[in-house]
Amino acid sequence: MSDAASGAATPVLEIDNLHVSYFTRAGEIPAVIDFSLKLEQGEAVGLVGESGCGKSTVAMAIMQYMGANGGVVGGSIKFKGRDLGAMSQEELRRLRGSEIAMIYQEPMAALNPSLTLGRQLMEVPLYHEEVSEAEAYERARQMLSDVRLPDPERVMAAYPHQISGGQQQRVVIAMALLSSPSLLLLDEPTTALDVTVEAGIVKLIAEISKKFGTSMLYISHNLGLILETCDRVCVMYSGEVVEESEVKTVFASPRHPYTHGLFGCIPVPTADKNLRPLVAIPGQLPLPHERPQGCNFGPRCQHFRAGRCDDHDIRMSEITHPSPDHRVRCLRWDELAEDEIATEATEHEPLEPGEPVLVIDEMQKYYPVYDRSIKALLSGQAVRYVKANERLNFDARRGETVAIVGESGCGKSTFAKVLMGLETATEGAITFNGQEISQRPIDSRSAEEIGSLQMVFQNPNDTLNPSLTVGRQIARVIRKFGAESNSETIRARVMELLDLVKLPRDFADRRPRQLSGGQKQRVGIARAFAGNPAMVVADEPVSALDVSVQAAVTDLLMDIQRRYRTTLLFISHDLSVVRYLADRVVVMYLGQIMERGPTAAVFSPPYHPYTEALLSAVPIADTSIEKREIVLEGNLPSVLDPPKGCPFATRCPRKVGTICDEERPPEQQAGPDHMIACHISLAELSLVEPVIQMVKDGEPKPVDPQYG
Amino acid sequence: MLVFIAKRLAYMAATMVAVSILVFLLLEISPGNVATKVLGPYSSEEQRQIWLEKNGYNRPFYIRYGEWLGRFVTGDLGVSTRFKVPVNDILWNRVANTGLLALAVFVVMVPLSLTLGVLAGMKEGSLQDRAITVIGIVFTSVPEFASAVLVATLFVFWLGILPGTSGMSDGFSLAEMILPVMVLVLYDFGYVARMTRASMAEVMTTPYIRTAVLKGLPYRTVIMRHALRNALIAPFTVIMLQLNWLLSGVIVVEFFFSYKGFGALLLEASLNQDIFVIEACAMVAVFVAVASQALSDIGYTYLNPRIRFS
Amino acid sequence: MTEIAQPLPKREPLPLRLLKSLALLRESGVGMIGAGLVLFWVVVAIFAPWIAPFSPTATLQPMMPPLSPAESGGVFLLGTDHIGRDILSRVIYGSRTVLIYAPLATFCAYIVGIVMGLWAGYRGGWLDDVLSFLANIILSFPVLVLYVVIIATIGASGTNVLIAITFASAPGIMRIVRGLTLDIKTRDYVAAAQTRGESTWWILLVEILPNARGPLIVDACLRLGYVTITIGVLGFLGLGLPPPTPDWGGMVNETRRMATIFPWMSVFPCVAISSLVLGLNLMADGLREISLRD
Repeated sequence: MSDAASGAATPVLEIDNLHVSYFTRAGEIPAVIDFSLKLEQGEAVGLVGESGCGKSTVAMAIMQYMGANGGVVGGSIKFKGRDLGAMSQEELRRLRGSEIAMIYQEPMAALNPSLTLGRQLMEVPLYHEEVSEAEAYERARQMLSDVRLPDPERVMAAYPHQISGGQQQRVVIAMALLSSPSLLLLDEPTTALDVTVEAGIVKLIAEISKKFGTSMLYISHNLGLILETCDRVCVMYSGEVVEESEVKTVFASPRHPYTHGLFGCIPVPTADKNLRPLVAIPGQLPLPHERPQGCNFGPRCQHFRAGRCDDHDIRMSEITHPSPDHRVRCLRWDELAEDEIATEATEHEPLEPGEPVLVIDEMQKYYPVYDRSIKALLSGQAVRYVKANERLNFDARRGETVAIVGESGCGKSTFAKVLMGLETATEGAITFNGQEISQRPIDSRSAEEIGSLQMVFQNPNDTLNPSLTVGRQIARVIRKFGAESNSETIRARVMELLDLVKLPRDFADRRPRQLSGGQKQRVGIARAFAGNPAMVVADEPVSALDVSVQAAVTDLLMDIQRRYRTTLLFISHDLSVVRYLADRVVVMYLGQIMERGPTAAVFSPPYHPYTEALLSAVPIADTSIEKREIVLEGNLPSVLDPPKGCPFATRCPRKVGTICDEERPPEQQAGPDHMIACHISLAELSLVEPVIQMVKDGEPKPVDPQYG
Repeated sequence: MLVFIAKRLAYMAATMVAVSILVFLLLEISPGNVATKVLGPYSSEEQRQIWLEKNGYNRPFYIRYGEWLGRFVTGDLGVSTRFKVPVNDILWNRVANTGLLALAVFVVMVPLSLTLGVLAGMKEGSLQDRAITVIGIVFTSVPEFASAVLVATLFVFWLGILPGTSGMSDGFSLAEMILPVMVLVLYDFGYVARMTRASMAEVMTTPYIRTAVLKGLPYRTVIMRHALRNALIAPFTVIMLQLNWLLSGVIVVEFFFSYKGFGALLLEASLNQDIFVIEACAMVAVFVAVASQALSDIGYTYLNPRIRFS
Repeated sequence: MTEIAQPLPKREPLPLRLLKSLALLRESGVGMIGAGLVLFWVVVAIFAPWIAPFSPTATLQPMMPPLSPAESGGVFLLGTDHIGRDILSRVIYGSRTVLIYAPLATFCAYIVGIVMGLWAGYRGGWLDDVLSFLANIILSFPVLVLYVVIIATIGASGTNVLIAITFASAPGIMRIVRGLTLDIKTRDYVAAAQTRGESTWWILLVEILPNARGPLIVDACLRLGYVTITIGVLGFLGLGLPPPTPDWGGMVNETRRMATIFPWMSVFPCVAISSLVLGLNLMADGLREISLRD
């Protein structure tokens, strides 16, 4: 409820010089340092940064809920002119949920599993306003339909686990908006959701905040998302804001070296792994209790000047031109352009692909599901099949990077398992290096064969055995692949591999818990390459890493691939990374291939409707790109009962008619190597406007790295 | 839900059958021993052979088992070799007595341990938490026979306010119940309190409790409506399983205080090689244990919405 | 980055590393007290012949109260029992019995339980179904009832007590290990081991078991406590080690009828066993605290 009389005079949120620390056995650890922000009514500010930068702590500090061992040690937070730190618990309680509301990262965890959703929603008006039960019910129900949930009555009576992740997040949003708060705190609201679901939620949040005039503090690590949703942005690094201004300003002309570096790490459509590769930020994030003197970013900054930058704490400086209201925490912001920095990453010659190393021919993987209920036994239908992979056809050539793209449930992990020998294919053939391996599980493969086809795993924290040292784990792999058998030579090879992944040699004696996420992933890569593999399957190898670390690890993979001409099978849901490093792309949906072909062909028209929707859903951190908006309605069909026709028919915005539900779509050749499985004719599909276009000189142009 | 109950009961029946095989196996595997135990150690080899023949012990094992199971299920539990009366006459009275003891223990123990556990878990790491935890650990470290000795020394020897045995020779006496109940409660409350505490502490750190607090709900509502509902699911199942533990504990306590219960009967029977009584007691004990386990599973399924509506 | 080949530091010898991990316990006050109690009894058990004032089986003067002087010189610090044996000496020697049998029984139970649990959890399928069903059968018995039945069958002796305890404890351990295995086998490093063709035994013993050691160590401490209690209870019920072995439970059994007139005969062994179990439980709690803090 805004203070209509004073209009825009009082900012909704005014944070001044905030310092927040955690008090642990090891002493005081500062989490947020010198944070200032002014948020006007109706404004949306994004708080961007990598892990450990303190952005979530800011949100908790606003709510005055930092846990038993955290506390505000300096500065003030004023909400509509009132100092939050000076309020009593009772006053805070009245504000929470009614004037200041929060939306969380994991919606399933944020909802009480033992209470109905209706109950949880109704609590908000019941406790904050004097309403009756009936009125609270009606308000909650109305809000559920405002957030576009079908069948609100059913949702009111349901428990959290009975609805999907996207629907749960909508309920959380409804819960936050029920008392028309003035300030909405969003803590990574879409990180845990699939890309196409994310798009819907983002759109919803934008609509709602316009409708209610709510101010928003949007916390995310995804720069593209912030570009789409916010008016202003604060970039944080290691507890401090390093740059703050209007969104377009920061994106078009970042002034802080960290922001600049961050943009260099993000795979935007104009990046290209050979012509304009990503540039990783050198060095490591400092540990919270080991921050350097002076500028926190100093040790990693190419513009660092000893004596000046590490002398004393740096304050924010105002940049007055070209755009007002732009602040940066850098002593030398106006001198940076004159610095001679090391040249940006070198261009590379693209690798020429060789002979096919992997050929997948009509591969199928079905999992039997036994229905042990009495009904099933009687009707004779005791066994049903989960059709995890259906009619897969593609190949990968030597030195190439082939990406498999799809959201959760598309079957890409199953495919990886069959390839690696953890499962055997139900039908079809997989030929690797000339050998047919679809029916050969891992224990029937020779050490050489195993060493020739290895995998890099997704979760860096789980990829290494916590009880053994790094060196011993790599050595074991070397020994197992029969590459070396003498301890001396094995030791030498371990060192070689550590050099290959750019880790210091003394890491061989460290245990995994002493390594950071990115470092652990590098060890995982070293392990995969220990046997000189012909092909490496990388299953979401960078999804769990911070943006700047992602760039470094991706860079490393490309480097090694160039050196050894290894074939890389890259599985991911992140289209930006895929566009950056894949030569060819395979798009999967519910176990089937929807489209496949060279990257440039797949990412421009003609598109398969699903590819089109995926492309439109991915946020892009580039102000010169315009993107068409396509939002998918409906839910993923169940894998036990896939539709007879096209699996995408239940959600396809371009659905032609009942033919899509009944008949399998034909494989149409849109180019020499480009296949689209769709009922719509190629001629029609080619006429579709590109999803992503660059806007240069006012004219839309196709995206091309040369123009970047 | 009903399907689940039916399946669970079927599993229970299967377990009972398997247990009965085990019990029968242990006690009647060698017919020679059975004869010795029935007729006494001073019987002659010849007498034993005659008895074995007469009672069908020279037939194959599975036939003997089948007959035994058949008799058992229809209520014929055999004859006690020590007391020379049908087992039925002695057993059920004792079971009822132990049931009474168990009821008294539950009535005291459940509210006590749940309250202490919730108080401790609500404020993890606080003084009340540490105090309750340590007290729980201390009491769980004292075996029943030791605490029986100690409370007997305290209340009977020094203070002289309670009777030292619980034979109930003059009919039911509340005073005689106090010490056995006290010993059992003292040992058990610590365990249940700590399980409750762990459950409560875990719930308090969940994101949905944070949601409830940040919605501006009063602290009491957060605890009573949001936290307890989830925190008490695990302790409920633990409490049901305490019945199983109790059947062990009563053996010691009844023995010490001469309480005429089922535990004392089992012990005496085993010390005196009274085979059929042992079998009957073992089967009853397992039945109660398995039934409580089934109830506990069914209860858990019912209380946990994630499983009830899946 | 760095390509300098540096000499690697030698791995520290095993005893030193063990001591260092015990030193971790220092972080928990409660754990320290527990460790202290346990250590106290271990020392008593080791040095029993030198500490005990009299022989534990010598019948001297019956029913002497504590602190009464002995005819042969010295003092009956804790008194004597109904047939004249010095209680203090019997308590001291009793610690030996407990501290030999309890760890031995626990160790055997662990070996059986770990092997069964690892295989059941990792392989799943019919092996898991069978092993779990068997475990459930044994676990269905109220513990003491099971012991009573077993000992009634095979008789009471030291070895039989070991067998009975292993039989009764292994299923519980199996369940815990199985649960841990089910959790750990979903980790990527296990998948990595599978995709490089490691044998099942390797995966179980190198990839899974070492990473389950946290909860298992805590459980081991607790279980050692339960087993100690069990040995005491069996002794108390007359189902344990036969006399004249000094066994705390047995001591209470022999003297309980006089508990209301000569309480000291039964009280001291009770205090002894309670303090040892308390030490183990406190150590377990301390270890759990520390493992949670990591």
